[in-house]
Amino acid sequence: MTVRVGVITFPGSLDDGDARRAISLAGAEPVALWHGSHDLEGVDALVLPGGFSYGDYLRAGAIAALAPIMTEVKDAATRGMPVLGICNGFQMLVEAHLLPGGLIRNAHQQFIRRDQRLRVENASTAWTSGFEAGQEIVIPLKNADGGYVAAESELDRLEGEGLVALRYQGVNPNGSLRDIAGITNERGNVFGLMPHPEHAVEPGFGPGTPQAMRSGVDGLPFFTSAVAAVVGAAA
Amino acid sequence: MPTIVVDVMPKAELLDPQGKAVAGALTRLGVTGFGDVRIGKRFELTVEGEVTDQTLAAARRIADEVLSNSVIEDVVGIEVVE
Repeated sequence: MTVRVGVITFPGSLDDGDARRAISLAGAEPVALWHGSHDLEGVDALVLPGGFSYGDYLRAGAIAALAPIMTEVKDAATRGMPVLGICNGFQMLVEAHLLPGGLIRNAHQQFIRRDQRLRVENASTAWTSGFEAGQEIVIPLKNADGGYVAAESELDRLEGEGLVALRYQGVNPNGSLRDIAGITNERGNVFGLMPHPEHAVEPGFGPGTPQAMRSGVDGLPFFTSAVAAVVGAAA
Repeated sequence: MPTIVVDVMPKAELLDPQGKAVAGALTRLGVTGFGDVRIGKRFELTVEGEVTDQTLAAARRIADEVLSNSVIEDVVGIEVVE
């Protein structure tokens, strides 16, 4: 079967093209979707891409979370469809209450771009099954509002239930509580992260590795995991 | 026209990086006598016609559901200004 993965473009999305490209490289068919529509066009999985939707007005991701298509996104997420929010997409998922917590301005108040080391804490989600639990990966990070916050009790719950799926290693780049880089929901189908896996999917265009410059493709398993999840669910 | 003013502040227990930056600037200017600076948001909703209980209820609802995010912010005031 050909797995079809939708990428929703909002006003101010920047990384929708890269996300569609990553989906192609993962062996699936990318489907460009539009925020103002109510039609998911029958896709099997969804990506909310990075960028600065609505110029980050009000709060990052807040206005996009109220977009017409988000009604269908919430329904699909509740039914168990794999939904990935990258950076601004993660901000939309928390603003839409599909994931807990919130994202605030980086503690050092600056935009940051770096190749970021991460540990995969939960490798049993729809988007991380291609990794080993505890595996360390490097993918690019670039954000201004990436500080993950939640109440202490909520953080304890997330940790206790294994919902902290990705953690910053080495450097905490934005002041995120408990070094949280990405979280998932209880079912493991909705996943949000601040770093950008779609920028590390093709040799020559990813982060540097000890082997060769820009050869890092640690982002690709996020997308192949979702393809496998869809194929597995259909079998 | 009457206006409903909604004030939203970052939660007290969370770091407010913007406020911290301003507090740092004040220190560099040699301003003393002020401790923390925290930066919030003020929304002015212009009301068409009279402010009724329903208008106020609607303002409270959008203050909670749209203008603020209860995970990171608190609505600290809603008042009618003529």
